[in-house]
Amino acid sequence: MKAITVSKAVTALMLAGLVLLPLYSQLSGNIFILTLFTRIIILALAAASLNLIMGFGGMMSFGHAAYLGIGGYAVGMLAQEGVGSGFIQFPVALAASAIYALVIGALSLRTRGVYFIMITLAFAQMAYYVASGLARYGGDDGLTIYKRSDFSGLIDLGNRVQFYYLCLACLFGVIFLIWRIVNSRFGLVVQGLRSNEQRMQAIGFPAKRYQLVCFVISGTMCGLAGALLANNTDFISPAVMYWTRSGDLMVMVILGGMGTLFGPVMGAVVFLLLEEFLSQITEYWALIMGPLLLLIVLFGRGGIMGALGRAGRG
Amino acid sequence: MAEPLLRVEKLVRRFGGIIATDHVSLDVAEGELHAIIGPNGAGKTTLISQLTGHLSPHSGSVLLGGRDITDLPAYRRCALGLARSFQITSLLLDFTAADNVALAAQAHAGTSFRFFANARKEKGLRDAAQAALDRVGLAHRADVLVSKLSHGERRQVELAVALASKPKLLLLDEPMAGLGVTESQGMVKLLQELRKEVSIVLVEHDMPAVFALADRISVLVYGRVIASGDPAAIRQNEDVKRAYLGDQHVVTHHG
Repeated sequence: MKAITVSKAVTALMLAGLVLLPLYSQLSGNIFILTLFTRIIILALAAASLNLIMGFGGMMSFGHAAYLGIGGYAVGMLAQEGVGSGFIQFPVALAASAIYALVIGALSLRTRGVYFIMITLAFAQMAYYVASGLARYGGDDGLTIYKRSDFSGLIDLGNRVQFYYLCLACLFGVIFLIWRIVNSRFGLVVQGLRSNEQRMQAIGFPAKRYQLVCFVISGTMCGLAGALLANNTDFISPAVMYWTRSGDLMVMVILGGMGTLFGPVMGAVVFLLLEEFLSQITEYWALIMGPLLLLIVLFGRGGIMGALGRAGRG
Repeated sequence: MAEPLLRVEKLVRRFGGIIATDHVSLDVAEGELHAIIGPNGAGKTTLISQLTGHLSPHSGSVLLGGRDITDLPAYRRCALGLARSFQITSLLLDFTAADNVALAAQAHAGTSFRFFANARKEKGLRDAAQAALDRVGLAHRADVLVSKLSHGERRQVELAVALASKPKLLLLDEPMAGLGVTESQGMVKLLQELRKEVSIVLVEHDMPAVFALADRISVLVYGRVIASGDPAAIRQNEDVKRAYLGDQHVVTHHG
């Protein structure tokens, strides 16, 4: 038995890379890479939150991008109304996402399987059209955020490196929380429900309330990603909630490895780097990206983490 | 007479035009092992499912310790001391045997809305799981994934899961289903032991096992209880012989 498995080694390498990236960016003068990876980290955070309900909880939510929008609009709308403090914007973003998740979850969790996928998708599309109709906040065209969230000198979001590390700290914090949650009493119940709901009911667990709480935790985490994303782009528009974005998040999770702690991060890094790289080569990058993802999902069961696990044993 | 632990009164359940449970009434006394037998399709599993709350009856009532539980969902009945095993093994396949049993213990040990502490390191839950697995003779397989266990071992885990919830009444739906001869004998021996601690409703096809174990037997045919009594009375009952046992002499030659 090797003490260090291949997947652990690759994960550690990736995390070290993320931590040291600003250093490389400074030394090489490559600012673009820092901007790119800030976005990757924020979407990795969103993917990690989706993984909590999808990978660990077995709830295939196809509307997760809605939280990116809700978190983002909370920041954008407050900024527009002259409330620039991050100490207000961020809690509002989290609370709004939690409330949305509570309502949507309570309704969606009455259904199972394909119906659950469709109903979460439908609600996210509703959120999309509601945002498009917000004339005061830019409607279809979106809303420019002229000033990033202000944390009274504690941290300057306008500073690229500081903002990068804030996003990274949020990502690590969320992954730490997910790690604690999935091994807790609550986490075991949620995973048990994924595995065999009838059995869990028979030993005395009411399924829905555990799943609903998990759904809300996941949505709140993704709302955080939304607030960061709006700060990153200085802009929020309904497009972040569009269903293809929800699909992207699902692909990141599946690509990296559902139900693994670092899989979604791996998935986000690979997915977004591929997208970036391929779109530089050709306009028709999606033609290459699609089949490539299909191959990885078809032949790498359990995503990248699964493949690395097999490589370690093989 | 003291209040029976379980009282079923005029239970009716239909599936379309078929009456799967036809005015079934029966009592299970404290400490009793009550067997329910009947040919295939007699409605045994349908009856058990109504007792556990997985199916709701169209009329009639189920009382546990004098309390009407007819309309309670499965998880609430479980909290009142009703545990079941499934005819077709129903476990968390991607969890270890110990995790399966520990979850059952957890369901009865305070709230599960705890988000931070590692549940696999809770000594109380682990000990309870280990004790229940030990009880069914599977302690040495505690850390094996259920998907890697044999069919017989899974049946044992089913039983351990039911035991871990410290039930007052255990509903066993064909615990011997698919077991080999030696495994069956082991299970009978185990049930002999368990019945000293807990009341049991046993649905089973294995006639020698039923007649060896039961205090009382109810015979179900086409959803109706055609006879109820101790094993000797059932063995003598003409209706039972005709309707259920037919030409099989399995009962008469046993014991």
